[in-house]
Amino acid sequence: MRQGGFTLSDVNFTLPEGAYGVMTGKTGCGKTTLLEILCGLRRPHSGAVRLFGQDVTRHEPGSRGIGYVPQDQALFPHLSVRENLAFALRIRRWSRADIATRVGELAERLGIQGLLDREPGRLSGGEAQRVALGRALAPRPRVLCLDEPLSALDEDTHEDLLALLRGLHRTETPTVLHITHRRSEADRLATHRLRLANGALTLEDVSHVD
Amino acid sequence: MKPHRTGPAWPLYTALGILGGFYLLLVAGLLLALFFADGLFRPGAALEFLNTPPIRYALMLTLGSTLLTAMLSVLVAVPVGYLMSRVSFPGKVVVDALLDVPIVLPPLVVGLALLMLFMTPVGRAIESVVPITYAIPSVVLAQFTVAAAFAVRLMRSVFEQLDPRCEQVARTLGCSAGQAFRKVVLPQAANGMIAAWTLSWARALGEFGPVLLFAGATRFRTEVLPSTIFLEMSVGNIEGAVAVSVLMVLVSMTVLILVRLGGVNTRGASL
Repeated sequence: MRQGGFTLSDVNFTLPEGAYGVMTGKTGCGKTTLLEILCGLRRPHSGAVRLFGQDVTRHEPGSRGIGYVPQDQALFPHLSVRENLAFALRIRRWSRADIATRVGELAERLGIQGLLDREPGRLSGGEAQRVALGRALAPRPRVLCLDEPLSALDEDTHEDLLALLRGLHRTETPTVLHITHRRSEADRLATHRLRLANGALTLEDVSHVD
Repeated sequence: MKPHRTGPAWPLYTALGILGGFYLLLVAGLLLALFFADGLFRPGAALEFLNTPPIRYALMLTLGSTLLTAMLSVLVAVPVGYLMSRVSFPGKVVVDALLDVPIVLPPLVVGLALLMLFMTPVGRAIESVVPITYAIPSVVLAQFTVAAAFAVRLMRSVFEQLDPRCEQVARTLGCSAGQAFRKVVLPQAANGMIAAWTLSWARALGEFGPVLLFAGATRFRTEVLPSTIFLEMSVGNIEGAVAVSVLMVLVSMTVLILVRLGGVNTRGASL
């Protein structure tokens, strides 16, 4: 893949279904770009993206079944928290009742029941991150892609969200790819570790290490 | 490090305030002069003059043409502003420069160029179907040519301030590109669109040079309020010109207040 004058090539990895992959690497090494290619927001110069055995390289972002949480969350500022959570379901024309049920379920799971009528501009960093997770999880994606989900959070919130992510992996989504520059997050969450350094990617299965 | 005294901020604010104050005085002076200078504005006589058929016609034409111009400007500014803020393509620098031409060109040149455009074979062909030059469409076209350029600039800066990540997330959540534009981009740009509408409307209201050259200033035909001021001044009727000016001040203030009351914050979205 190429981005400006910067080239990342021969990046190959396969993340097994049900894995919690944590990709670490220095800032600027191409982690976000890689995530954008997986989500379909950027076309790779060459190569392919396969999901559950299906080649999705040419698929539109919305038809890949990937939930995406960007680093800055990018909550929709003109919609309430409730409407942010319901966004993907409305697009999919779910019934009102089903949307209400799913939003209620997510709000409870994420501990944001009290925030549903707030505007995103009035959320703390940790709250915004929970809402962004909920918005991505709402349509039950097969894969969840998280870009630095725990950066810029204070110590306590960081701990809470680590626990939440562990829980969500078990209950909500089978496969997670989480990118970070912090080694400690990989230690706490990963079943598989991916390390991106000097344009090369290494994958290590750590699921039986604990 | 030794504690270091920096002194209070008020001398700076005072100095800046005095410099800015001169300008504020000038603006306030302009408004006061229109209403009070030399007894040129007498409400009774002004009202009588404004109520004559030619001025009533000019007022209606002004309101109608500027409303239409403002709508057309926003209609063009949204797609152009969005494309210029999000898409890179070969020749973008040239397009960018072209979009600024109506802003930097002297207004009379815009008018003359419009006139000449309709002398070309294509222009003549259009004229043979719909009369443009020296007719009402030329008033709107003259206003639109300049006003749209301002609206485009404003909408572009509005879209540039929106986080493109929001659209990307919307795409991953199942939106087509069109749905992401309608459901995520446009609602966030709503205030900017109202600001663009207001700005292009205000530009159109004051447009004189292009209108004069391209549409003329014929009574009961293509006379808009700025043309009235010009016509009245040229025959020495300064009271009439003042009456029309006061009317234009009141009309533009009313529109600005209505737009502000609409709960829209146009600050920060202006040029």
